[in-house]
Amino acid sequence: MLPEIVALNTSPTLSVPWWKVVYDFSALTDWIDKSLHNSMSPFWTTITEMLIIGVLILLFYALVGLFLVYAERKVCAFMQNRLGPNRVGPFGIFQTIADLFKLLFKELIPIKNADGFLFNLAPFIVIIASFMAIAAIPFAKGLHAIDLNIGVLYVMAVSAMGVIGVLLAGWSSNNKYSLIGAMRSGAQIVSYELSVGLSLITIVILAGSMQLSVIVEAQRDGWFLFKGHISAFIAFIIFLISSTAETNRGPFDLAEAESELTAGYHTEYSGIKFAFFFLAEYINMFIVASIAATVFLGGWMPFHVGSWEGFNHIMDFIPPFVWYIGKTFFVIFLMMWFKWTFPRLRIDQLLTLEWKYLLPINLFNVLIMAFLVLMGWHF
Amino acid sequence: MEEKEITNLTDEHQEYVINMGPQHPSTHGVLRLKVSLKGEIVKSIEPHIGYIHSGIEKMCESITYPQIIHLTDRMDYISAHINNEAVCLNVEKALEIDIPDRIKVIRTIMSELTRIQSHQLWWACFGMDLGGLTCFFYGLRDREKILDIFEETCGGRMIVSYNCPGGLMYDIHPNFQKRVKDFIKYFRKILPEYDQLLTGNVIFHERSKGIGTLTKEDAISFGVTGPTGRASGFSCDVRKHEPYSAYDRVQFKEILFDEGDTFHRYLARIDEMWESMKIIEQLIDNIPEGPFAVKMKPIIKLPEGEYYQRVETARGELGVFVISDGNKNPYRVKFRSPNFSNLSVLNHIAKGFKIADLVAIGGSLDLIIPDIDR
Amino acid sequence: MRSIIEYFKEIIFGVWSLLKGMKVTGSYFFRPSTIVTQKYPSNRNDLVMFDRFKGEVIMPHDENNEHKCTGCGICELNCPNGTIEIISQTIVTEEGKKKKAIDKHIYRLSMCTFCGLCVKACPSNALAFGQKFEHAVFNRALLIKQLNKPGSKLKKGVE
Repeated sequence: MLPEIVALNTSPTLSVPWWKVVYDFSALTDWIDKSLHNSMSPFWTTITEMLIIGVLILLFYALVGLFLVYAERKVCAFMQNRLGPNRVGPFGIFQTIADLFKLLFKELIPIKNADGFLFNLAPFIVIIASFMAIAAIPFAKGLHAIDLNIGVLYVMAVSAMGVIGVLLAGWSSNNKYSLIGAMRSGAQIVSYELSVGLSLITIVILAGSMQLSVIVEAQRDGWFLFKGHISAFIAFIIFLISSTAETNRGPFDLAEAESELTAGYHTEYSGIKFAFFFLAEYINMFIVASIAATVFLGGWMPFHVGSWEGFNHIMDFIPPFVWYIGKTFFVIFLMMWFKWTFPRLRIDQLLTLEWKYLLPINLFNVLIMAFLVLMGWHF
Repeated sequence: MEEKEITNLTDEHQEYVINMGPQHPSTHGVLRLKVSLKGEIVKSIEPHIGYIHSGIEKMCESITYPQIIHLTDRMDYISAHINNEAVCLNVEKALEIDIPDRIKVIRTIMSELTRIQSHQLWWACFGMDLGGLTCFFYGLRDREKILDIFEETCGGRMIVSYNCPGGLMYDIHPNFQKRVKDFIKYFRKILPEYDQLLTGNVIFHERSKGIGTLTKEDAISFGVTGPTGRASGFSCDVRKHEPYSAYDRVQFKEILFDEGDTFHRYLARIDEMWESMKIIEQLIDNIPEGPFAVKMKPIIKLPEGEYYQRVETARGELGVFVISDGNKNPYRVKFRSPNFSNLSVLNHIAKGFKIADLVAIGGSLDLIIPDIDR
Repeated sequence: MRSIIEYFKEIIFGVWSLLKGMKVTGSYFFRPSTIVTQKYPSNRNDLVMFDRFKGEVIMPHDENNEHKCTGCGICELNCPNGTIEIISQTIVTEEGKKKKAIDKHIYRLSMCTFCGLCVKACPSNALAFGQKFEHAVFNRALLIKQLNKPGSKLKKGVE
């Protein structure tokens, strides 16, 4: 009887007023952690916390996916002088939910002579790869599922895993278009992974760490995009281009090039399996955009200018989560803008762009950045 | 035994055959291309046609001359008005009727509007073939303006049926001139946007320059006409060489290029839109007064003989060949459709390029499948 | 050296051309007033078609339920597709003369190509084009229409 009373007496409280939680989520997470510890053994606490985080990330994943599909349709509609979805709900905001239900109820068509196991496995690989990457992204101060000390490397490695799913999907579908799409995708991602890595390395040199939280903290007095002179800017541009290619989005959507290969690697997929591919594409876009926002644009860090105390104070007033979302969506908007403006590249031009332009420039850029850091010429 | 199978697989003659079409996003209709690939590279293309064969030539034998008009609408449905005009001119030539100037001028304006809207649609689809989906909506948005003009005057948007032997079905709408002038003003402002979006784009240049080169000799021997032929330097504009309607009284340039690749086929059409606008501007303010149709007999009978008339549609030279045995129905009708000859050149120029190039080349030929099959 | 300059020139011109394209789409994105699409089914009531719009062939009737069709069959002859079928009857006029008149003017919308030859050929201007454009029905028998309303008469003075 006694220990319970003790536990009740020392019931933990939030260390800060509740409305300040939005500025620093660590108080909230600490409080949840302590409360759970008080009522459970450490083992079950960990399990419960993992479950909570898992459910939260799943929810976030679904919401972001649905919202991004809606946003893409609206953005492209406005660029094309159209209204976009406007039937379901005000301004059509429930359109994607209706689409989701449609996809859920659709028949999963079995393909003759397809490799059944791999055919069913492929969408899961694609979606798990994007699901894993989201765990390491710092959403706001203290809102960070896992803060790996090699965060940048982890996200890159995990998000590149999705190509296995694409290759499997193309191979196992027993469709010639799918196979061509998958092979294109393989060549594309192997090449562009290099550029993504190198452009991130440019910033890792500047920050001196691969830990995403450290990178964000280092941008307290200015975003790396501005701190790193022209070199960081070039890295940002290259990151934008190569990450667009890595997520198989236009103008680099060769793997699904609809006017050439009908739908590329997911031609034969229907219903919820197709939805997995579709959702993973948008989540991948979200992931690369949030990496760009974290690494180049300061993540959840507000916009600060040197010694303007008053200005910085006003900027601090906006919650970090809003900053993070705003920056991410800015990058996503840029990627949508690319997709809905440019014609598609051809496969050999795609590789030429990578090996003859992006890679040499990138290597040179890393060199310049290293030099700048060594000389201490950055801000 | 095992080994033999493996060598068989790596055989040089082994082909990876894909069927593009009859349902495929880039064949713009029910054209089926049997494409043999080696990796990404196209080894040969075998077009299979006839999926939308509707027997128009045979149907023409059992109906009267005014009734043929509505069938020609459905051949090359993007340049319906020019097709109608070809049949009408042929009948009028056979009957030796003098057509008043007013009809000639209106027909010319309508034909040029048809040409512009056809090229707009082509631009839209070509952009889409190359993956620039926004082009499609801009092209259709501007085409809508011309279709509105058509609808107001002819009652139909695409299938206009505005011509009839001896003139026009109705007079032009009172708003016609104002609307056309507004459109020209609007489109002169919009066309440079097309250039910014696609013509100047570096990706587009890479995708189209030097792709699918057609030499002048090949263009002539394959009978490739229209902007496709003129981009190869084959001077084949019927409007210049054999002026019909009011083309002999307007100033315009025949767009000719020497390169003959996809990019220049593209440029030829963009430049033709400018030229068409010039033609319309010359005519729109001086439409002569007069009747909109010549009084014809209720039943038109062509004197016995063979008649041929060619016109320049948006895709090339359309020929109408009629054999009459003196009855109210033609004995035999043959259409020389430009798309059929233009398609025949596809295998010749797309061999050795990649699949993506095949789509670009196919788009630049601007094929309309019902016109191929008729 | 020259090739290096060419290399960078290529990059700069390339990026510049891409930015020009983005300017076009971006400018439309920030100008929603340029949107051309309409919310079609909800603006049904204020849609106005052009007066020459060829929606379907109709036979205008006046307030006394009188039309101008004499049943001569010229439209049937002119129709290229067999869309129109005239079923005529013999009636006895007030003067006691026997006369051919229309019983049913059958119009098959599903076969009509809207060429306009029947409307143009009609000697008494009995036919016209209607403005209706939503023709979809669930039963194709509904596409076979009788143009003269039941109980209608020929207008006086039309021969």
